[in-house]
Amino acid sequence: MSKRYVQRSPFSRKKFVIDALIDVDLEIAPKCMTALVGESGCGKSTLASCLVMLERPDRGGIWFEGNEVSRCDAAELAVLRPRLQMVFQDSAGALNPRFTAGQIVAEPLEIQGGESAKNLRSRAGELMEEVGLSADWIDRRPLEFSGGQRQRLAIARAIALKPAFLVLDESLSGLDLSTQAQILNLLLDLKTVHSLTYLLISHDLSLVGQIAEFVAVMHQGRIVEQGTRQEIFGQPQHAHTRDLLNSCRVMESAFHTAGGRS
Amino acid sequence: MWTPDTVPSGASPLLSVRGLTVNYSGDRQSVSALSGVSLDLAPGEIVGIVGESGSGKSTLALSILGLLPAKTSVAGSIRLHDKDLLPMDESSWRAIRGARISMIFQEPGLALSPVMRVGDQIAEVIRAHRPGSRQARKRESEALLSEVRLADAERIYQAYPHQLSGGQLHRVAIAQAVACRPGVVIADEATRSLDGTIQAEIMEVLREVNRKFGSALVFITHNPALLAGFADRVLVMYAGRIVEEGPVTEVFRRPLHPYTKGLLRLAPRYPQQAAGLAQDRLPAIPGSLTDADRLTQGCVFEPRCSARTAVCSSEFPNQATPEPGRRVSCFNYGN
Repeated sequence: MSKRYVQRSPFSRKKFVIDALIDVDLEIAPKCMTALVGESGCGKSTLASCLVMLERPDRGGIWFEGNEVSRCDAAELAVLRPRLQMVFQDSAGALNPRFTAGQIVAEPLEIQGGESAKNLRSRAGELMEEVGLSADWIDRRPLEFSGGQRQRLAIARAIALKPAFLVLDESLSGLDLSTQAQILNLLLDLKTVHSLTYLLISHDLSLVGQIAEFVAVMHQGRIVEQGTRQEIFGQPQHAHTRDLLNSCRVMESAFHTAGGRS
Repeated sequence: MWTPDTVPSGASPLLSVRGLTVNYSGDRQSVSALSGVSLDLAPGEIVGIVGESGSGKSTLALSILGLLPAKTSVAGSIRLHDKDLLPMDESSWRAIRGARISMIFQEPGLALSPVMRVGDQIAEVIRAHRPGSRQARKRESEALLSEVRLADAERIYQAYPHQLSGGQLHRVAIAQAVACRPGVVIADEATRSLDGTIQAEIMEVLREVNRKFGSALVFITHNPALLAGFADRVLVMYAGRIVEEGPVTEVFRRPLHPYTKGLLRLAPRYPQQAAGLAQDRLPAIPGSLTDADRLTQGCVFEPRCSARTAVCSSEFPNQATPEPGRRVSCFNYGN
């Protein structure tokens, strides 16, 4: 699969051509957590946008549960969309500040229709409880929550339609270590309960190394290596993977020398 | 040329904060951001401050720079070379900021002006604090860009922020911060938005300028693993207080406060170690920092603490000094 962005300069006839994705092949195993790692600008987010059909690839295709989603028309997409959901990096930007928590979480259900207002509210409360938020906070607005709580809210919204596949685009990177750990634990619990498949996009290899079952490494628009966590971390084949691992290793060995967790 | 701040022999600390208490007053209620924070900074040392968002790290940094919002009540003292900074007026602060104490912000892309060449933004700092010709300032700014290991300093000098990468902008911000050879440089989450490899490079540059210019560095982060092999001392902040302090090697080898212990269990581990593990839950610390807001008495960490005892809910533990150079605020640190 490939994706090229062409940007016209507002001041001249010059065109900027960016090959964001080049012949990307990626398989995501069902009911597993696959991590996509790479440095900023390597194309991770473009790939995510294509996967949830916010962008269409120029060449190649994307298949989801047997359907080629990259060729679907609007009506077919409307049926598929509830099955694929995305959680963004910046929870403050992803949640409408004028909505209450209950409205945010219930919005996907409302769009699908067929539920009474009373049902929507009680469903929103259940979803909030499920992600570890108190249903008493249903009338609070996003800015009254902490960063970690807002990310829980975004997750509650993402699972409202009982999707099969969740794309988490740097959803943990703005958070503190202790909050990251809590959210990761929540994701693991939800995965078991709802048989979810995750694509966890991150630039932080040490984070995904603790948790993902499969890892794909991206570099300059290409997937340079993919395999199980054991393969990628045990016998990295590509030079770029080794570079990424080394930058973690330097920090880790300094941490041990300094006496941490010996 | 401005000389680095040096401590007269016999050595009082360069910067000394005592009993700093900061309350932000809102419309309905006031929020306590810092309660009784004390710390000393020796010339040239690197001190790491670690804590999660909301723990008061940034408020501490802003206090030291005199940048707190107007409607803030501040008590305690901040002394630079035995001069109390808190009672100073704005013009005295301006003479200190950038020259004696400077700051590197989290997002250099936002901290730098988008409509000014980055070199001129460094020269501007020099001009604010020191006489000299325009050419001399330009030469000096270019030299600073080379110091932070930006190849082709002349070209970078002429660039606008949007023409530079994130890593390059961080280097410009460092050059700007050390332009007047300040005694104290505060880096507030300066590497948070960077990838691992670039983060390591930037920290190496910070260490180099710290050695070369003798500026003491206060490095604020939420990730204790960054401090290993980098900082001399670490202060652990929780809910507006310093709950533990000591040399990095000692604190990491044998953390005393339950919060420090929990935090270090979470520090990123090298994936190979984790590679054999099944998909286990992480050792998260239950609860959240906001649990401390409800407390009127007792230890701020008590609601999340696994080692709490009866006394913890009624009194805040005073600082104990279990060994020279270490401080901890916990009743049960020995257990």
